[in-house]
Amino acid sequence: MQIAMTVNGGGQSHEVEPRTLLVQYLRESAGLTGTKVGCDTSSCGACTVLVDGESVKSCTMLAAQADGATVTTIEGLADGPNWHAVQQAFHEHHGLQCGYCTAGMIMAAVGFLDENPDPTDREVRLGLEGNLCRCTGYQNIVAAVLGAANTMKAAR
Amino acid sequence: MIPAAFDYVRADSVDALLATLTEHGDEAKILAGGMSLLPLMKLRLAVPSVLVDAGRLDELRYVRDGGDHVAIGALTRHRDLETNALLAAECAVVRTVAAEVGDNQVRHRGTIGGSVAHGDAASDLPAVLLALDADFVIRGAEGERVVAATDFFKGFLETALAPDELLTEIRVPKSGPEGFSYQKFNRRAQDWAIVGSVAVRAGGTTRVGLVNMGAIPLRARGVEAALAGGAAVADAAQAAAEGTDPSADINASTEYRAHLARVLTRRALEAIA
Ligand SMILES: Cc1cc2nc3c(=O)[nH]c(=O)nc-3n(C[C@H](O)[C@H](O)[C@H](O)COP(=O)(O)OP(=O)(O)OC[C@H]3O[C@@H](n4cnc5c(N)ncnc54)[C@H](O)[C@@H]3O)c2cc1C
Ligand code: FES
Ligand code: FES
Repeated sequence: MQIAMTVNGGGQSHEVEPRTLLVQYLRESAGLTGTKVGCDTSSCGACTVLVDGESVKSCTMLAAQADGATVTTIEGLADGPNWHAVQQAFHEHHGLQCGYCTAGMIMAAVGFLDENPDPTDREVRLGLEGNLCRCTGYQNIVAAVLGAANTMKAAR
Repeated sequence: MIPAAFDYVRADSVDALLATLTEHGDEAKILAGGMSLLPLMKLRLAVPSVLVDAGRLDELRYVRDGGDHVAIGALTRHRDLETNALLAAECAVVRTVAAEVGDNQVRHRGTIGGSVAHGDAASDLPAVLLALDADFVIRGAEGERVVAATDFFKGFLETALAPDELLTEIRVPKSGPEGFSYQKFNRRAQDWAIVGSVAVRAGGTTRVGLVNMGAIPLRARGVEAALAGGAAVADAAQAAAEGTDPSADINASTEYRAHLARVLTRRALEAIA
């Protein structure tokens, strides 16, 4: 089947099998390999992207379901050489170690902060409960998301 | 993991969806949020040859005042429930429990209709809807019928829905902004309940629903009868595991689940006392 969507501001259109997962489509058809596959069983959140502004696990969504949608992946966050506030905060707060969970973690955080711009520490932890990190112990991730919330607030 | 090949049909109306189901019978499966079905298809535990995507049926995505009840369209997502003001005022237990389902990503896609139709005893919302005496509106080629929650859940992942029927609406009697407690016990973030107990007080009676205490979501009838007979909360809660048939798995033995049911039910009842 033919599907088309806007990915990171640009149009994408491909012939795909209906069973193609969104993550597979993004990585293999659109060539955007920033989105990772971790568990492949909807548990870890490494594959998180935004579909029409909301975080989803792209390993548990068909590309066909996103036909016509607006999709944002980690590659679409930075504005030229300027990182998104959440990317910058992960850098400053050392919110990553191996980095495998990071693209999904950042996309989940961006979606979460859009829904809750002024969260508490506890709300950040609950908001990111769908994302697993085997390295950091989460402290610095939570600090980064709280830090990003502050910078984004100041910028408004 | 990639699902087995299937034909994909996107339904643009309820009638078109029903026509596709009638044509393909049990070869076809409805796709709502996909949060339960797609994982099963990836494991090839479900191998439908036709997938009918109901995800764009916005006509079934609503929360409306139905007078004595709140009417919820089957395609309403958990996130919609979580943020809905009418539910917060008229039946806040549904809103609160929807916020306990999985994680943000799951709630952005998963629907109340999918939770009900999947019929998983470990799911949060079915036990709540059972405790609320909700009604389910079902449409098929022959028209519409309404099934009470108490008659809907038939067995392990088995419900009153025929393969060619669509759940369209959930009608929840109004129970107000408070007077409920949901006690969900699990050990990992975003996980299903090992056991859950929900207590709802409305119209002078208290009803209790149990999550993951058997093949289907259950009412704790023994507890309800004891409370109606004037028993103290702690004594009534002792009856929580009566008539249940919990499974044993990596998370809990049957004895431990029975223990959890009693403890969680006591906590839920104390919270609304
Ligand atoms: C990581 C993760 C964690 C989760 N944690 C929880 C949890 O803690 N608690 C919990 O309760 N659930 C949990 N879930 C499941 C979640 O609640 C699903 O949203 C829900 O079970 C199914 O809804 P859906 O819209 O995604 O349905 P789908 O997966 O699309 O469909 C499920 C089944 O219902 C049928 N169906 C769907 N809609 C209809 C309809 N309107 N009429 C007739 N048949 C229909 C489908 O054909 C299919 O058989 C979790 C899921 C994931 C992936
Ligand atoms: S790869 Fe999608 S949730 Fe883990
Ligand atoms: S940084 Fe390694 S998994 Fe999170």
